[in-house]
Amino acid sequence: MNYHWNWTILSAPAPDGSPTYLLMLLSGAMTTVLVAACAAVLAILLGVPLGIARRIGGPIAGLAAAYVEVFRNIPLLAQMFLWYFVFPELLPMGLQTLAKQSSHAPFVLGTLSLGLYTAARICEQVRSALGAIPRGQSMAGLALGLRPVQLYRYVLLPRAFRMIVPTLTSEFISIVKNSAVLLTIGVMELTASARAMQEFSFQVFEAFLVATALYLSINFVIVALMNLVERRLVTAGVVDGISGRRGSQK
Amino acid sequence: MIGFDVDVIIRSIGYLFREGLTFTIFLTAFAGSLGFAFGVVLALLRNSRSASVRWAASAYVNTIRSLPLVLVIFWIFFLVPFITQWVLGSARPVSIGPVWSALITFTLFEAAYFCEIVRAGLNSVPSGQGEAASALGLNRSQAFMFVVFPQAIRNMLPVLLTQFIILFQDTSLVYVVSITDFLGAAGKVGQRDGRLAEMYIFSAIVYFVICFTLSLFARRLQARSLTNLASAHA
Repeated sequence: MNYHWNWTILSAPAPDGSPTYLLMLLSGAMTTVLVAACAAVLAILLGVPLGIARRIGGPIAGLAAAYVEVFRNIPLLAQMFLWYFVFPELLPMGLQTLAKQSSHAPFVLGTLSLGLYTAARICEQVRSALGAIPRGQSMAGLALGLRPVQLYRYVLLPRAFRMIVPTLTSEFISIVKNSAVLLTIGVMELTASARAMQEFSFQVFEAFLVATALYLSINFVIVALMNLVERRLVTAGVVDGISGRRGSQK
Repeated sequence: MIGFDVDVIIRSIGYLFREGLTFTIFLTAFAGSLGFAFGVVLALLRNSRSASVRWAASAYVNTIRSLPLVLVIFWIFFLVPFITQWVLGSARPVSIGPVWSALITFTLFEAAYFCEIVRAGLNSVPSGQGEAASALGLNRSQAFMFVVFPQAIRNMLPVLLTQFIILFQDTSLVYVVSITDFLGAAGKVGQRDGRLAEMYIFSAIVYFVICFTLSLFARRLQARSLTNLASAHA
């Protein structure tokens, strides 16, 4: 292949104002992590109540199911365009100008979109985890005089959370991957930075190789952290319902 | 937003479906079927007797699966011209255009995801099936072709369909290399007529109707394969 490798480009100053191209890519990686972290928090804050709502039944469960279907069956890119181009039109005048002119608008609306999209997936995980808890658990809780809120807070959710840690790990990795879609609305996350470096310097493969390595490192950190969380949460003697793994010993 | 202009949708509907949706479906079908074929090969390589082949196949699958599709689209878009140049021995990188690049990207990307589905499907077939086949005198490839694989594919059918739905949605990302797929066509019309809201809402509805219908079908397949399993074990 006839490509002129030039790794020293990484220490050359970047035209976007960063001291070097490497720092430009690193700041892109920081944005990726920030978007993913905010979206993950939003997704959990919304997804867990949705998952509970689906278990409770009645009209609330129907609404939660509708939410899941809507957000799961429309491409993320289309959702992001709706939030970025269409949603501001529905706002009252003052907010509308803010949403259209603020330089933070792409970040905020993109993260919102990613978070709401992921909430639908978290909802389904929470629902299936709650469904996998033996019914005796909630019966016992009710027999002990717990109110429904207490039942979820002290009995069901702690068990459900332990069960979904492995699926949550892959969900977090998905959020990091999906955050690249934000480049379409102008957020300078990692993929966008790599693309910008390619446009400025023509050193396409150096840029993409560094971006690839950074994505792999981010994923590696997520997996390591979640393993730590999983080990911390182990309850002696409890067999969890989804993977059937034993909590104690080993 | 001053009124919802239905007229712009009616005026452009022919273009949207003829140009846009046709490409979206073509890309889904092409990358889905070829990606599935490569996925089967990858799954077999991941069960290979040679450790280095197993390692290479899982390195490919795990790397692809941990990268954003958008980044992979850019990778292939810029890498393929250099590979073509190297293969053809020409003096300069050979551009193959965004459409070919997208077809290659989605095929390679989906292969990694299909590989894992196929592997799970193969693992779902009890090992006694393969052993019985070889006891009957079938060789390794016959046992795979006629005994293990047909059962595996029945088990993985619902997940395969779900993956096709995901692929169908993901093809919208060809936006980043300026290909006119369904969403891209809607965006173009919206931009030209100053009617982005109408066009994006309409395309979201179309995606929803198609994907929701298919997902209902996938759920029915799932329910049926569960009852099949239940009756097989009864």
